[in-house]
Amino acid sequence: MAEALDLKAIGTRPVRPDGIDKVTGRAAFGADLHLPNMLHGMVLRSPHAHARIKSVDLTRARAAEGVLAAVSGADFPGGAGAGDLAKNVIARDKVLYHGHAVAAVAAKTLLQAEAALDLIEVDYEVLDPVMSLDEAMADGATLVNESQHTNGDTSKPASNVAATQRFERGDLAAGFAEADVVVETEHRVPMAHQGYIEPHACTATANEDGKATVWCCTQGHFDVRSLTAQVLGEKVGNIKVIPSEIGGGFGGKTTIYLEPLAVKMSQMTGRPVKMTMSREDVFRATGPTSGTWCKAKIGAKKDGTFTAASAWLAYEAGAFPGAPIGPGCMSVLAPYEVPNLVIEGNDVLVNKPKVCAYRAPGAPQSMHAMESAIDELARQLDMDPIDLRLKNSAAEGTVAPYGPRFPAIGLRECLEAAKVHPNYTAPVPEGAGRGVAVGFWFNIGMQSSAEVRIAEDGAVTVMEGSPDIGGSRASMALMAAETLGVPYEQVKAHVGDTESTGFCNVTGGSRTTFATGMAVVQACEDIIAQCKQRAALTWDLDEEQVDWVDGEAVPKPGVNADVKPLSLADIARGAGRTGGPLLGRASLNAQGAGASFSCNFTDTIVDTETGKVDVLSFTAVQDAGRAIHPSYVEGQMQGGAVQGIGWALNEEYIYDDNGVMENAGFLDYRVPVASDMPMIDTEIIEVANPFHPYGVRGVGETPIVAPLAAVSNAVRDQLGFRIPDLPLSPPRVLEAIDEQGGH
Amino acid sequence: MGAYAYRAPTNVEEALSTLAAEAAAGNRAQMLAGGTDVMVQMRSIDKGPRTFVDVKHVAEANELHIGDDEVFIGAGIASAVLNENDELKRILPGLIESADLIGSTQIQGRATIGGNLCNSSPAGDTIPALIACGAVCVIASPGGNREVPTEDFVTGVGTNVLESTEFLIGLRIPRPKGRSSDAYLRFIPRTEMDIAVCGAGVALTLDDAGICMAAKVSIGAVAITALVVPDAAAALVGTAVDDEALAAAADASSALAKPITDKRGTVEYRRKVVGVLTKRAGAIARDRALAL
Ligand SMILES: Cc1cc2nc3c(=O)[nH]c(=O)nc-3n(C[C@H](O)[C@H](O)[C@H](O)COP(=O)(O)OP(=O)(O)OC[C@H]3O[C@@H](n4cnc5c(N)ncnc54)[C@H](O)[C@@H]3O)c2cc1C
Repeated sequence: MAEALDLKAIGTRPVRPDGIDKVTGRAAFGADLHLPNMLHGMVLRSPHAHARIKSVDLTRARAAEGVLAAVSGADFPGGAGAGDLAKNVIARDKVLYHGHAVAAVAAKTLLQAEAALDLIEVDYEVLDPVMSLDEAMADGATLVNESQHTNGDTSKPASNVAATQRFERGDLAAGFAEADVVVETEHRVPMAHQGYIEPHACTATANEDGKATVWCCTQGHFDVRSLTAQVLGEKVGNIKVIPSEIGGGFGGKTTIYLEPLAVKMSQMTGRPVKMTMSREDVFRATGPTSGTWCKAKIGAKKDGTFTAASAWLAYEAGAFPGAPIGPGCMSVLAPYEVPNLVIEGNDVLVNKPKVCAYRAPGAPQSMHAMESAIDELARQLDMDPIDLRLKNSAAEGTVAPYGPRFPAIGLRECLEAAKVHPNYTAPVPEGAGRGVAVGFWFNIGMQSSAEVRIAEDGAVTVMEGSPDIGGSRASMALMAAETLGVPYEQVKAHVGDTESTGFCNVTGGSRTTFATGMAVVQACEDIIAQCKQRAALTWDLDEEQVDWVDGEAVPKPGVNADVKPLSLADIARGAGRTGGPLLGRASLNAQGAGASFSCNFTDTIVDTETGKVDVLSFTAVQDAGRAIHPSYVEGQMQGGAVQGIGWALNEEYIYDDNGVMENAGFLDYRVPVASDMPMIDTEIIEVANPFHPYGVRGVGETPIVAPLAAVSNAVRDQLGFRIPDLPLSPPRVLEAIDEQGGH
Repeated sequence: MGAYAYRAPTNVEEALSTLAAEAAAGNRAQMLAGGTDVMVQMRSIDKGPRTFVDVKHVAEANELHIGDDEVFIGAGIASAVLNENDELKRILPGLIESADLIGSTQIQGRATIGGNLCNSSPAGDTIPALIACGAVCVIASPGGNREVPTEDFVTGVGTNVLESTEFLIGLRIPRPKGRSSDAYLRFIPRTEMDIAVCGAGVALTLDDAGICMAAKVSIGAVAITALVVPDAAAALVGTAVDDEALAAAADASSALAKPITDKRGTVEYRRKVVGVLTKRAGAIARDRALAL
């Protein structure tokens, strides 16, 4: 359907509305707010990875110079259902990871707050930390939570396995028996952090009337409102949240950490309280993504047809249940037609920070395993890795392993485009290796609202509630301009606070351009309907006799009326005479978020004397459905690729024997720097999503999925043997080379 | 709660009396060059009050001479100034490449090799390069200047021979003669903005036939201080610095290294790679000397 559209604004690459403020330093981020009489809040964090809190004594801290408030877990009885969330914000009976918040103070200066932390007396009974999946899942393991039973089944003994998941289809044993070749691999991928540049920050002020306002950097201020209310046991209506500009989130800013503490201490003191995390706090105490242990098995006939596959996944949840095993299981075989399969997932507690979303949560790890196994299969079958995937590719009508039947999807198109891409037809550089992998993310819809307001000169204001983490304001403005038929420059998109715009779920799940975009389009259609009605009134015609063409109301072909077209500005100027200001609205729960597939390939070269892997080239091909602003789609593809490459090569949480993270800073938690990366080449495929007015699919998450396996497969190609675990850091690679050489 | 103070003496005498006065008053004084170590440490590990004494205004520490026999690099000279000096790059390419590895363009606008040396980190990048090219520290001392070879300057992790009333004025480096050159390589898992897992500096002199007459090898980040590797130098002298000689030098470096296992690398890894770097730096220094 979208092919037939004659698009004017969509697909162009204008400057983003927030761009100038960001490059000039005017943009206000989470920590940039300063209020009169503001106090500075700081958190006391657990020095132990696992301990029982016997007592917390705040007396001396409260008496310290400049200190106006001090709180501990006891001050947060919590609303119904806050449970783990509240315990993660501030510990109660136990600390569950090193860095877990135990108490907080607010003082007139930061130094006073910091000094007061030393005066808080906490009596701990130190327990053994559970630091690996093997330990956590072993018989007789120390329990992170003594009352945790797998899937809530109290008839079985308590376990660190909080939940399991299983998908099954056909007859696995029969499927493997049918296969000519079967490959089995086993992989470990470390816990990794999103690595957003901006640490969490918030300022809260509570008034005498019981209302509180929170300014913070977040991917979803409506969620901050409800989660903060839950932890405080407040009514949602008592809390207003104003989102700042956001310096990266990648899923990590979809929950709360500091906000309830700041609100509580503001309520206690009657003064605003500002709290910011250090980088170290961000690493130790905010949610990274799961470290994992995955087993993959896949069988095929000589011609490459898959006959059966299985995956066993164990994911670290951190201190509380909630590892992304659901998405891990959904993704692992989603790109393929597999007649017989079993997929099992385990959500496992360990004494590490509670995981949070990170771009396509759970998919990179499980697909790293399966895409590695498929790479080995291609080698054994002596097939091109893209051909093998094409042979088994899911397409419209394929039933996904998790149930639904795919509507139009673009995997085959991505694979075909990769196959003929000049980077793929070019020979592999001398001494290097090439790896291919496929990525997938299902994407989500959920709730969004939007309002469109027209000023008297026709200026269009789009007001919506999805924090802009990837250029979405530009995309909203482009879709509004396209729908209304006005130039992009005439439209400005804003992200409103919780009281100035309608509810929107978080910016996450790659939903914003799809779902909030759909609301914006519908709100613009509401404006158009009103404009037609106003024009009809002006011209004394029936509404059905008026059309909207290129930003103007015109009589429909065949309608006999000698009138001049009315532009948006004309109608807005005269709105007082035709019924008042033009205000369009839409709210929806978007259905039909189209899955986005990708094919990535890369050439890498290993320095076999140092074990260092250099990425020579990296090509990302991905289905965007429709690229509203192609530069920002490419930006998502490039950014996701770099994060995936970083995870493949060097990023990992390194813990000592006591469960203390040893590399809680960017010096030793090694995200790639710009000079480490080649230009990430991109090719956008557009197989329109039939459920979006312009065909949009979410694009933000799929890009991080394939790089882990693409890099592993490239290193495998050069070395002639596989290093199953990540990261492929120089010491690990050199050790593997030495071991191999010794054999 | 104490306070920070800042002083900017303009000559050595004034700087020495500032240090002496602060010491007499019982204040902690700390020399400040580019501040690229100091500022980071102040925000993380060591926030205590103190008086900063800025070396960047001390005239004698802001001199840069390239004489016929000797090069003098003042302790206040930013590494960006060195990196842009073509003559220095030609005669001491290894030392300058070590300075050019520090941080980024922005960092290099402030950072000094004096600060790198005085910070005395086991992983300081310029230290093995300074040792290899025979640099000598010129130290301002209440009793008059004193000189200490760079290999004897650093005494432990973050410690050196300076007394609290002394400071580094600059570095004297014998100007390489004839077919002499140097090279420095470090290993990091990224391409920049990282800390050396290990490093190796090699300086050597070839005769007309390309035979090595003199060599000095120093390795970093594989012990609490940078080490001189006499056996590696001995393996090169008298040879054409061919693969065999380089392999022997590599083995000597690996054998002398006393690394630790930490988040940046294991003992085995560092031991092995410091040899690889010695070999590669040796080959680069040789090729540079041959090209003269
Ligand atoms: C982003 C970043 C990247 C970096 N990358 C690298 C790198 O790749 N390799 C590397 O080796 N280092 C690196 N560093 C560390 C630092 O930049 C270097 O060690 C630099 O050379 C320090 O020089 P400075 O002039 O800034 O020293 P300062 O910070 O001013 O001083 C360092 C120490 O030396 C003392 N000192 C300074 N001058 C004198 C003097 N004249 N007499 C006595 N004592 C003195 C100071 O008191 C202080 O203890 C990096 C730092 C940053 C922030």
